[in-house]
Amino acid sequence: MLHVKDLNVSIGETPILNGLTLDVGPGEVHAIMGPNGSGKSTFAHALAGRDGYKIEGTATLDEADLLDMEPEARAAAGLFIGFQYPVEIPGVNNMYFLRTALNSVRRVRGDTEIGARDFLAVAQEAMDLVEMKPDFLNRAVNAGFSGGEKKRNEILQMAVMEPRLAVLDETDSGLDIDALRIVASGVNALRGPERSMIVITHYQRLLEYIRPDFVHVLVDGRIVESGDHKLALHLEDHGYADFVNHDLNDAPERSLSGAAR
Amino acid sequence: MSEALQEIKELTDAAYQYGFSTDLDTDIAPPGLTEDTVRLISSKKDEPGWLLEWRLKAFEAWKSMEEPDWAKLEINPIDYQALSYWAAPKQKPVLDSMDDVDPDIREMFDKLGIPLHEQKMLSNVAVDAIVDSVSVTTTFKKTLAKAGVIFCSFSEAVQDHPELVREHLGSVVPVRDNYFASLNSAVFSDGSFCYIPAGVRCPMELSTYFRINAMNTGQFERTLIIAEDDSHVSYLEGCTAPQRDENQLHAAVVELVAKDRAEIKYSTVQNWYPGDENGVGGIYNFVTKRGRAHTDAKISWTQVETGSAITWKYPSVILQGDRSVGEFYSVALSSKRQQADTGTKMIHIGADTTSSIIAKGISAGHGQNTYRGLVKVLRSAKNARNYTQCDSLLLGSECGAHTIPYIEVKNPSARVEHEASTSTVGEDQLYYCRQRGMTEEDAMSMIVNGFCREVFDELPMEFAVEAQRLLSVSLEGSVG
Repeated sequence: MLHVKDLNVSIGETPILNGLTLDVGPGEVHAIMGPNGSGKSTFAHALAGRDGYKIEGTATLDEADLLDMEPEARAAAGLFIGFQYPVEIPGVNNMYFLRTALNSVRRVRGDTEIGARDFLAVAQEAMDLVEMKPDFLNRAVNAGFSGGEKKRNEILQMAVMEPRLAVLDETDSGLDIDALRIVASGVNALRGPERSMIVITHYQRLLEYIRPDFVHVLVDGRIVESGDHKLALHLEDHGYADFVNHDLNDAPERSLSGAAR
Repeated sequence: MSEALQEIKELTDAAYQYGFSTDLDTDIAPPGLTEDTVRLISSKKDEPGWLLEWRLKAFEAWKSMEEPDWAKLEINPIDYQALSYWAAPKQKPVLDSMDDVDPDIREMFDKLGIPLHEQKMLSNVAVDAIVDSVSVTTTFKKTLAKAGVIFCSFSEAVQDHPELVREHLGSVVPVRDNYFASLNSAVFSDGSFCYIPAGVRCPMELSTYFRINAMNTGQFERTLIIAEDDSHVSYLEGCTAPQRDENQLHAAVVELVAKDRAEIKYSTVQNWYPGDENGVGGIYNFVTKRGRAHTDAKISWTQVETGSAITWKYPSVILQGDRSVGEFYSVALSSKRQQADTGTKMIHIGADTTSSIIAKGISAGHGQNTYRGLVKVLRSAKNARNYTQCDSLLLGSECGAHTIPYIEVKNPSARVEHEASTSTVGEDQLYYCRQRGMTEEDAMSMIVNGFCREVFDELPMEFAVEAQRLLSVSLEGSVG
């Protein structure tokens, strides 16, 4: 599925990621945790092809060389980013946006485009997943949405786009407990043997709802520790201090050969 | 220049689609403007004496006037004596059916996507086709006549309905109104005329399609729409011109009269040739449009201005009757080296009059876009209301957007609101759309169309689609 090897990313002269290596198999859910500024979001956007990054290393999704593709081609290849700060697009109807997005990737994949009427059914199913009212589709994309609505809209888009790999960048930030539950149950409903996810988060809280197969700790642009969900619990109790100092003596006993295969 | 800016530049430098010219056999007058020119035009059109007198009065006024210089526009000097003031495609004088339309002209309109064949018309729209300021055909005349609606060329109206023309011509835009309107009044060649009798709701959209074809000619059309008490009409106009290296002057006048409780909705999609990316060629679009709204009447202007090298245009409403309503919805795009100084004037005279203004300016390339609007509330206009919203969108770093509102209030009970914003198409927005699989071109077009949504919603369905497409084409280019 996703193979990332020795990924180095810098913005200007500032290195952000330093030799990040990560493999994600089909159907797996990986959590990436780490302190502010450790490079979590940069990792997501480097995969997606945002402008302004200097990149070395490799990243392939289903054999496709992501780093060599335009952002829209990466989307068509099955990559979806749940944005930490979803962008507002005034005047553009949410339903129209969703349908244009879906048909854009379908066109590239050689699938037939979905008409407005058929799309309504697709959208309705996705709406139920995130418990949204129908008027949600008739509003402008993210314009005037509350923080929780924006995040739910991201999950709605994910449900419609049916990606191979979804990278959810701090989808839990700014959510109250009810919204968190809705978002998490949406994500869980979309888990499947053919879909992998990378969940980027600060807090263990989200992982109580979305149980990851693997947890990685990202510090100073590289993965310094990998484990199962118990690692997240350790972080909850002890913070990142153990890892920030690159001193792993206090870390829980476990094999480092686990997830970062 | 960042990648996104580079691509915006490519998008907005796209080629003009309607730049072809058609080889028509044209009757053209020698250049120059004197009293004799005015007389020649009037006699060519076999006009009654009162109209010649009216033209001459306008010509006298024009001679004593100066070109306005208050707009934020850089205009190459215009040599009014170098222009020709009469150009008409030669053809049979009377048309009995569409089959009599010159095949070359029909082909030209087919190429423009404007079918003149009534059988081939897809939508419920009657068309008056005007080439080089002369009406060549009007469709659906019979259907309209059944409803009592008169829709014909201005010249025909002068011959067939002189009393209506004489009563209303110049009643909203007088002969001395302004430099370009006076010039138009002196030398106008043709245009559209429309009369809706009392109580009639016009059964179809009326539209005029303007095409400039000849070289070195000025274009001076005159449009007059009269809506009697309790009537309703929706009117559309579209414009294109061939690609030529010299600037061409287009100075039209549109007058609307909405009598008691009448409603006139006037929509424009203006796509005159804008000139090339170095600012060579293009139409000078210096137009005076104004409506008078009587008691409980409503006049609504909607314009999508994507063409012309220079646009100088302020569609206005005189809110004369109590409770009359004026609306102005505008999208103006300036790319390449285009300059637009456009807006509206809302003159509140009656009590409880209401006006709303929504203006969207888009600047790209080296385009300069100025919104200039006047809201004037006279002492008599008790409880007048105005709401104005001006939004500017900048695409790129070498264009400009300017907002110049004028507000004059003489009655303390008035409430006038003005909101303005300036934004850019963010790289964030483009990136977000591309992450969702859209190409940069599609994303740009979607974002810009979204920006214009409130205005497009005001256009009749046929034109809303056309306007969206036009905007996309104007921003389209060789991305990727």
